[in-house]
Amino acid sequence: MTKAITLSAAVEMIPDGASVMVGGFMGCGSPHRILQEIVRQGKTGLTIICNDTARPGFGIGRLIEAKAVAKLQTSHIGTNPETQRQMIAGEIEVELCPQGSLAERIRAAGFGLGGVLTPTGAGTVVAEGKQTVEVDGRSFLLEKPIRADFALVAAARADYRGNLVYLGTARNFNPIIAMAATTVIVEAQEIVPTGALTPDEIITPHILVDHLIERGPSHG
Amino acid sequence: MDEKVIIAKRVALELKDGDLVNLGIGLPTTVARYLPAGIDVSFQSENGIIGMAPPPPAGLDNPAFTDAGGSPIGAFPGAAAFDSCMSFGLIRGGHLGVTVLGGLQVDELGQLANWMVPGKMVPGMGGAMDLVSGAKRVIVAMTHTAKGEPKILHRCTLPLTSTRRISLLVTELAVIEPTAEGLVLREVAPGVSVEQVIAATQATLIVPKTVTEMAIAA
Repeated sequence: MTKAITLSAAVEMIPDGASVMVGGFMGCGSPHRILQEIVRQGKTGLTIICNDTARPGFGIGRLIEAKAVAKLQTSHIGTNPETQRQMIAGEIEVELCPQGSLAERIRAAGFGLGGVLTPTGAGTVVAEGKQTVEVDGRSFLLEKPIRADFALVAAARADYRGNLVYLGTARNFNPIIAMAATTVIVEAQEIVPTGALTPDEIITPHILVDHLIERGPSHG
Repeated sequence: MDEKVIIAKRVALELKDGDLVNLGIGLPTTVARYLPAGIDVSFQSENGIIGMAPPPPAGLDNPAFTDAGGSPIGAFPGAAAFDSCMSFGLIRGGHLGVTVLGGLQVDELGQLANWMVPGKMVPGMGGAMDLVSGAKRVIVAMTHTAKGEPKILHRCTLPLTSTRRISLLVTELAVIEPTAEGLVLREVAPGVSVEQVIAATQATLIVPKTVTEMAIAA
C-alpha cells in the first residue's frame, strides 16, 4: 500500500479544531510546506503542540499569524511577538511547559507510559495543579502524557515505505511526535527507493508513518 | 572594560578541560570567546547537538544546523546530533558539566529567577528549568543591578526557574558563591571594593577574611 499523498489532500484530512503536533525548533526541522498549506486552506481552532512558535512569518509563526491556532502547548514564545500579543489579548490559550518536560510528555504518550516524574519545575509555578511524588527523599513532578490527533513530521529523507532519517539539529521533536499521534504525516526533503536507507541508520521506522507527502516540483 | 566582557571572561575561567557546556542565549554565548588557552570543552546546544562549531562562511550554511536561537552553526569533527528527549536526558541526567545562564534575580537561598516578568514579559522557560535542575554546575552570568535596582535579593520576587541552589554567580562587580549558610562573596572585580559590592546588593553577603580580585586579563 502506498503512503504517497498530495500536499493538499494530506492537509484536507486535518479538521478545524484538531490537535496537531508539529516538529521543529525555531523553524529548523519544521514541515514548512505543510504549514503553508494549512494557512492556504484556512484552518482554524487548532491545538498546536510544539517546542516554540519560531518567528513571525516563519515556520509555526505562519499559523499564529493566520489565526489558525486556538490553543498552544509549548516551551517558548519569546521569539514571536505576535504569539505574545495574541496571548495577552486572550485570542489564544497558551500552556507553557519546560522544554525537557514537553519532550518527555510527548514521549510518554508514544511509549505507552502514564507520565514521567521529573525534578524540573518542582517548587515553581509549573508545579501548580500537578501531583508531587517523593522518590527516595527527592521531589518530582508528575507530568502527564500529551497525545494528538495528528503529527506533522519533517524528515531529511524518507524511503518509499516511510522509513525516516533526519539531519543535524532538524531532528529535535520529529521522531518523538511520530510516536504520539493517531495520524502521522511526513514531509521529507528527499524520497529515496526502499533499501537505500540501511536498517541501522533509520531513526523513525516506517510503521509509524501513515502518509508521505509527494515530492515538490523538481528543479532542472 | 565593558561590564559584559568582565563577566564573560570571569565565567570562562570556570570551564575545565573536557567539560560539556551549555551556554544560554545572549551574554552567556560570549563566554566561548574567552576560553583559556589549552582548555578544550564541548558545547551542547539543547536543540540537539554536541560539538557545535562557529557558523560556516556566509552562503554555505545548512538550514538543518542551527543553534538554540535558530542561527546557523557549524559542527566540529566528532560532533553528535540527537533528538530533544536525548538532549534533555543529557541535561537532566547529570551528563552536562556546566550550564551558563543569564538571570533576572538571584536570592540568598541561591535561587534563580530568569524566565518571566508577570504582566510584562512572558517568553516561556524554554530549556532553562531543565538546565538549572539538571546540570552538574549552574553558573549565572548577569549584571549586578538593573538600572540601579538590585537584582541580588533576600528573596526573588519573580517566578523561580528552580528551587535548586545555583553553583556560582558572576557579575561585573563580584563572584558570589551561594552556600547552605548564605551568599559568600569570593571575589571582586579589579578596582571594585567590598563596600561597593555590598552597597549594590540587597541580599546579605557573607564576607570571608579573604576576598580575592578576579584573575581576568585586561
